[in-house]
Formats: sequence, C-alpha cells, structure tokens
Amino acid sequence: MALFDVSGYKSHAGLRGQILGTGVGHLIDRPNQEFAVPVGVDPSGFLKSCSREGGVSTDLNHGTTTLAFKFRHGVIVAVDSRASAGSYIASKEANKVIEINPYLLGTMSGSAADCQYWERLLAKECRLYKLRNKQRISVSAASKLLCNMMLGYRGMGLSMGSMIIGWDNKGPGLYYVDDNATRLSGHMFSTGCGSSYAYGVVDSGYREDMTVEEAYELGRRGITHATHRDAYSGGVVNLYHMQEDGWIKVCKEDVSELIHRYRKGMF
Amino acid sequence: TMFATQVYGDSGKMKEYHYTGPVEHRFSPYSFNGGTVLAVAGEDFAIVASDTRLSEGYSIHSRDSPKCYKLTDTTVIGCSGFHGDCLTLTKIIDARLKMYKHSNNKCMTSGAIAAMLSTILYGRRFFPYYVYNIIGGLDEEGKGAVYSFDPVGSYQRDTYKAGGSASAMLQPLLDNQIGFKNMEGVQHLPLSQEKAVQLVKDVFISAAERDVYTGDALKICIVTKDGIKEETVPLRKD
Repeated sequence: MALFDVSGYKSHAGLRGQILGTGVGHLIDRPNQEFAVPVGVDPSGFLKSCSREGGVSTDLNHGTTTLAFKFRHGVIVAVDSRASAGSYIASKEANKVIEINPYLLGTMSGSAADCQYWERLLAKECRLYKLRNKQRISVSAASKLLCNMMLGYRGMGLSMGSMIIGWDNKGPGLYYVDDNATRLSGHMFSTGCGSSYAYGVVDSGYREDMTVEEAYELGRRGITHATHRDAYSGGVVNLYHMQEDGWIKVCKEDVSELIHRYRKGMF
Repeated sequence: TMFATQVYGDSGKMKEYHYTGPVEHRFSPYSFNGGTVLAVAGEDFAIVASDTRLSEGYSIHSRDSPKCYKLTDTTVIGCSGFHGDCLTLTKIIDARLKMYKHSNNKCMTSGAIAAMLSTILYGRRFFPYYVYNIIGGLDEEGKGAVYSFDPVGSYQRDTYKAGGSASAMLQPLLDNQIGFKNMEGVQHLPLSQEKAVQLVKDVFISAAERDVYTGDALKICIVTKDGIKEETVPLRKD
C-alpha cells in the first residue's frame, strides 16, 4: 500500500536488536537517514547521565502551551512562543506552528528539535503524497504518518506532543499525536506543561455555536491564562483559524498586554 | 571558588562536602571548553563575534582560539561548547558545502546552511554534538540574518543572539539595547554598523568581567556585500 511504503515503518523488534545487540552504532530508519547512537548505552538515559559531569549541561529547548478546538466555523489553533533550556529562556518568539500546506497545520510542544525535525519530515511526506496521488493528503493520513514515525523510536527519549489540524473532504480535522505514538481524534486538545490551565479556561467558555470573534477571544484567553500561571510558557500568542478554504493567521499578541486587559475584570 | 561549578550541576542541592564514601565515575565523552559567541543582524550587514579563550576546568588551554569560522563569502558560524565537537562539526559543514557547490554549481545561501545544519545536528539526536551554534550572514535579499541553534538542531531566525557560557548575561543586555525592551519613551532607531560594532565590544567587555570562561581577546567578523572584515580587540586576561 502506498501509505505503508511511504511511512518507512520498520518493525520495532528489529530496531531494538540493531541498537543494543550487535554493537553497530547506527540506527537506520529511512534509506538516506541514519541516526548515530552511542554504542552499548541506552540512548534515553545517556543524555541525562552526561548532564552531571564536568560542567556539561545539555538542557534542550522545551516547554510550552498549545491548544486547538473545533467549532461551527472551523478550528481555532493558539500557541505560546517561549522556548526554555532548563531555566533559561532560549527564545521569546519561537514558532510553534508549522504550516505544512495551505490546508494543514501542525503544532509543536515538548522538545523543540524533535518537533521541528519530525514535522518538517511530515511536511515533506505530505508533499510527496500529493505529487504521487494527485490529491491532497487527508488529515487522518497525515496524523497517522507522524504517529508511525514516533512508533519507530518509541522508548528512545523523544519528546513531542503535537496536534495536526486541517480541512479535507470529511470537513475540519483535529488529531493529537505524541511521542508514545498515541493518536486521538477529538474536538478539543491542549498540550504542554501549561495545558491544564488552558483546558480550564477553554472548557468553561466553550460553546459549539460561538461566533468567530468569540472563538478567537477564547483561544487567546486560554493561552494567556496558561502563560500567566505556567513558568515555562510565555511570549506572544500566535492564533490561527482553519477554514474551509484554508488557514489564516489571525493575530500575534504579547501576553503581558493581554493579561492586563483581562485583569481589569479581576481583583 | 568551588561554588562556580554549581551553576551547571544539580541546582538547588548543595554538594555534601563531608561525604567520604566511594563515588563512581564513568568516562564522559564530553567536556566543557567555555567561550561565548554573539551575532547581530543589521539592515545590510551581520556581525559574528566570539572571545578567544579555550578553557577546561580551572585551566586555560589557549588564549588565541577564536570560535568564529568562515563558511562562505556571506556566512560565518560561531560554535561554542565542546571544542572537539566544534572542530568536527565545522569540518562536516565545510565538506557538505563543497558537495553542494559541486552538485548544484552555486554556493549555499545562509538560510540553506541553517536548514542543513539543523538536520546534521538532529542526525546525532541520541548522541549529540555538544555545540551551541549561531550562524550570521546575509540572506538572498542582502539583509542581515542570524540563525541560532540548540545542540540537537532546533533553530530559528533572530535579529540578535548570544550563545555559550556568558549567553545568559549578554542576552538581556542585547534585548535592552537592540530590542529596546524594558525601556519607555525611547525612539526605536535602526542599528547602524558602527553602533553595532561598538555595542558588541562593550558587551563582551562586560561579559569578561563576570564570566570566568570569557576573556583574553575578542574577534569580530563583519559580513557585508563587500565580503567579510575581521577585527581583534583585547579583553581581560585574568
């Protein structure tokens, strides 16, 4: 099947044997991409063990809040923009939404490098699908491709929680995919360390028949309140709206200004 | 003092100085060689600057080991962290640049080098290059571009970025002086090349005052459409 070949899926047991059994230091996934692996050591624990010795600190860019929800007029996607490396804020304007094509968006949370790499690879596979099959890939298939990529490296310490949002023949689509290869379709998701705060806000304000402006405001509020309470989220809110004829970028607003606006009603 | 190493270890947990039992040590493939790198993008120029001190633990290996490497006529990369990985990484980038030039009959643009470096770094996701990279150069339109990376390849385009041991000290200063953050009633003037070079010198002088791994000398590479100009400025040697 075209999808099976394209996904490059290899049996999990075969990969494990290559890493831990033979002592060969390479992990082969796609024919032209090899991952170097430390010989004889469990990869997921290796980085952590190095972090303590001789002043070496390999903290990687991490942490976030992202949310997305379906409503009558499409799907709203809102993300923050803080990238932290340990307790240092590596970037205040990180881009956590990847624009795969005019009808597909992917959000990123967890390890920045993992998300960027695998979602860019997903964008490449979606483009190849379109060239081979002369029609755009469905949201369901795109999320499944990403999920199978994660399955190949399960247990090796990848960290990625992402949402795939799109509009295809079946209407608006929203899938949650994470590094355990969990793949869920749903009406509302929030990921990252600030997700609990965002869920609270969006759950309490959500109505299926909201107007477009009310939905934008709900998305903004969800991220703003999460950044207010979560140390690892902050920066600006990037808001996207997935409509029938593609996505539009709605706004990019600083959370400190937004929280002052909202506070007028508090205390 | 001994507390200097606390910054990189378990923060918030005091080392137990009265512990006298056996401690297991394993060979670590990494070591921290210090150094700070900085890049600033202007309207039609880019500056990449680094100090030239190479240290390890309490020793200084060299006072003349700059961390800027010229890649093409329009791109310079600054690498700090583990010197062994810096050298290997720059060799790999040079080889890939040559391969691209021979296959495509043109030089790689700054944006293309950045995207390629991201995949090179991610290829070692499970055994990373312990290097903090910052690329500075001109984009296809001739405007200044800065790309900053983490050790496993996540990257983005910035206007200015500091990396390496004194990055946490320099970045807020740059946010204030170039980004005009935390200032009110100040005119947002675009940065001229002369002001940018002076700012870079001042900022490194401050870093050398307070960071033990930064000092000795400062090497500045200024990238414009006329090529790459280099300048060396002495810093504190203590």
